[in-house]
This record gives sequence, C-alpha cells and structure tokens, in this order.
Amino acid sequence: MAVDTPIPKTANAAGATARPTPRKSVRPSSVILKLVMAVSGALLVLFLFAHAAGNLKIFVGETDFDHYAEWLRELGTPLLPHGWFLWIQRIGLLAGIGLHIWAATVLTIRAKKARPVKYAHRPKIQGSYAARTMRWGGVIIVLFVIYHILDLTTGTFNPAGGDSDPSARVVAGFAPERWYVTLFYTLAVVSVGFHLRHGIWSAFRTLGQQTTKGERRAQAVALVLSVVLVAMYLSVPFAVLTGLVG
Amino acid sequence: MDIKVRVWRQSGPTAGGKMVTYDVKGISPDASFLEMIDVLNETLILNGDDPIAFDHDCREGICGACSMVINGVAHGPEKATTTCQLHMRKFKDGDVIDVEPWRAAAFPVIKDLVVDRSAFDKIIQAGGYITAPTGTAPDAHATPVPKKDADAAFEAATCIGCGACVAACPNGSSMLFTAAKIAHLGLMPQGQPERDSRVIDMLQAQDDAGFGGCTNAGECTTVCPKGIPLSLIGRLNSDYRKAISKR
Repeated sequence: MAVDTPIPKTANAAGATARPTPRKSVRPSSVILKLVMAVSGALLVLFLFAHAAGNLKIFVGETDFDHYAEWLRELGTPLLPHGWFLWIQRIGLLAGIGLHIWAATVLTIRAKKARPVKYAHRPKIQGSYAARTMRWGGVIIVLFVIYHILDLTTGTFNPAGGDSDPSARVVAGFAPERWYVTLFYTLAVVSVGFHLRHGIWSAFRTLGQQTTKGERRAQAVALVLSVVLVAMYLSVPFAVLTGLVG
Repeated sequence: MDIKVRVWRQSGPTAGGKMVTYDVKGISPDASFLEMIDVLNETLILNGDDPIAFDHDCREGICGACSMVINGVAHGPEKATTTCQLHMRKFKDGDVIDVEPWRAAAFPVIKDLVVDRSAFDKIIQAGGYITAPTGTAPDAHATPVPKKDADAAFEAATCIGCGACVAACPNGSSMLFTAAKIAHLGLMPQGQPERDSRVIDMLQAQDDAGFGGCTNAGECTTVCPKGIPLSLIGRLNSDYRKAISKR
C-alpha cells in the first residue's frame, strides 16, 4: 500500500475519534466515585481545620470561647437570620458526609464482589496501616461524630446539660473523673488522623497528582496536616484534664 | 532441596477446589519455580494422577503468562520478577510453599492455577490502540517524540499484562494495568486523537468486567514484575477528569 493512501474507513478509523462513546452502563465509574470521595473529603478536612481553630479559642479564655460560639450564630447577619449560617453549614456537611459514605460504600461493595474467593495464604497488606483501616476507621469516626454531637452540641450526654455555656460543657465533659470520655476522644481523634494520612494523599492522587516526586510531597503534606490536626484537637481535652483550662 | 507445596487443585471452572499438599524431593536450587512444578507434574503423571495445570509460555519473564500467587504474593517473594524467573534458591530446604491462582471475579479459574484473563483483552479492545493506516512502516523520525516522553511511555509499555496487580490488589482492581496502557499511548503524539475516548472506554470496560476500584493501597506496584509506578494511576485519574469535563 502506498504511503499516501487515504485512511481506510474501517470501524475504528471512522468511529473512534468522531463518534461519542455510547454509555453502556448507568453505574458511576470507579474514578467518578473516587472524585466524589476526594472532593467531599476535602470539604470535610477544611471544616475540621476551621473547627479545630475555633476550639483553640478556649486557651484565650472561656468567655472568648463562648463569644466565638455565639459569633458562629451571628455569622452572615443581617443578610442571614440569626443561626442560619450554622444550619447552612450543617446541611452542607451532612451532604458531604453522605456523599463520602455513599461513594465509599459503593466502592467497598464492588471491591468485595471483585474478589469472591479469598486467598488461603495472604500476608498482611504491605501498604500503610492507615490505608488498611480506611473503611473501619471511617465507621468508627461516624460513631464518634454522633456521640460528639450528643455530648458537646446538644449536651444530652454532658454533665453540664444542653442549656449551659459551650465552655462549661467542654470543662464538664473532659473533667478528670470522666477520664474514659477523654480516652475515647483521644482514640477517635487519632483514628481521624490515620484516616486523613491516607485520605489526604489519596485525594491528591485522585485529583490527578502523577509524579513520583509529587507523590512524596503529597504524602508528606498529608502526614503533617494529620499530625497538626490531631495535636490541635487533643490539646483541648488534655488542657481540661490537667487543669490548664477550667 | 526437599520441599512441600500446597497447590490449589480445581478440576474445572464450575468445580469446587481445595489446597492439596505434595512432597517435592531432590529439586535443584537452580531450578526455576515452574521447573519445580514440571518435576512435580512428571511424578504425578507417572503415578497416574492429573498434572497441575498452570499457564506458562516464554519462561524468560516477558510474556506474562505464569500467573501464580506464591505464599500470598503474586509471582512470589522476589521483587520485579515473574514466577518463571523465580528460582528455588530463594526458598529454604523443608519450606512449605502455598501456590494459588489469581483471585478475582474478572479472572475466573479455568483449572488449577490457570485463570481466564480475557477481561484484560476486553479492556484493550475498548481503547488500547491507536487508529493509524497500516502499510509501509513510517520513517522513525517522521513524528518527533521528546526523549523524556519516549522514556516514560516505554516504562509504561513494559507492562506485560500478567494480572499480578489485580491478584495483589485488596480491591481486585486492574487500575495499574489500565493506567499503564493509557499512559503508554497517551504520552505519544500518535495516541492523542483518541486520548479522551480511550480513558473513558477502557475504564468503562474495566468496571464492566467486574474489577474493583483503586484505593491507592500500592499493593499492585509492589508485586508488579515490571515495576510499573503507582503514579500512573494519577495520570489516568487526571486524563479521565479532563475527558469527562469535555463531554
């Protein structure tokens, strides 16, 4: 065949570039699900940092902390009625958590179906502890968040009760005689740290991080952010426990 | 060397299977793992038993046929090595070695250690090609390719499609395989016209074949006999995101 022969109109030559690919299935692709997890996870991480920064206000003073809590309700006023900002944020967070859990569940079900017969001999996954515990770690975090809201937001499980000042709930909640609560908080916050150590890096990768050098950088960023976040969160209960606050 | 092997025996695609223990005596430490199974099979045949069915072809580490999970690791304990290039000197006298087939819904067992890997062919058929006129080979310098891109494309193209990434992945995902194919074509100028449809179609074929999704655990790249880097999955994700945003 001569070199200048026009491209033969075979199925591939005619079709592949011109015709849009027909969608064979309505299932979201595994990369779409990962993108949903990355974006919703990133929003949740941003919230975690804002929340942790607010917590630290208790070191300025308990009244300052209470003023901060009140300011959250006044944010956006007079454009928004009192308390609306907080409710908009809560709805946004619930949507983010919902999407994150939905995508994780669909991917987990697919992963289980992808290996119906287990290996008889299977050494521990060589990846990090954080990578191995993402799914169960996530479940633990959800349970913790439910307890956390009932403890410090509604005050249901808090000795100071729901009508008290936010700072009073913090001081009563992490009082030394309630050491088991502080222990549970510590474990939960550390599991958030592990979740984020793999999660933040994984989000970078899902969003397209693709060089070996960048991989190390993204892993380092994930580790630093996780450690900083855990330290910020643990500083408050331990300050109450040791009497630094309260 | 005298060893024991525990091998997955399954007489057919729908039959149940189990691990069966065999004594293998007097094996040379210089024998390859496949040669060890050859010797075992000779004994089995002489005893009137059914020999162990396993895939093998080139026996020089480039065809990707010798799919076996050895002691829980795809292609065995040696890094960047296929089963055929794994030698018995990597084991100790008296070892008990577990040998299992790739375990994935998309790779059903045909017999013993042989699995059907045509799911990979389906992924390739969906987009693992470029559309170009056949005929006289074009001049090598007709389309210039930057050296960096050529090297990166070649690294990705060393994927032999053995399926170890799927076998090792905790999610039974073939993302590293698909990512390697997408990178090796997508890094080349010839691969550009179909770059968007390729990533969408190949990922669709992969999902449809019943492979799981990637969780960046990194097991795939650890067992890959060709050392395909995990970072290529980031390239696939990026290509995919750009491709769907154009739809």
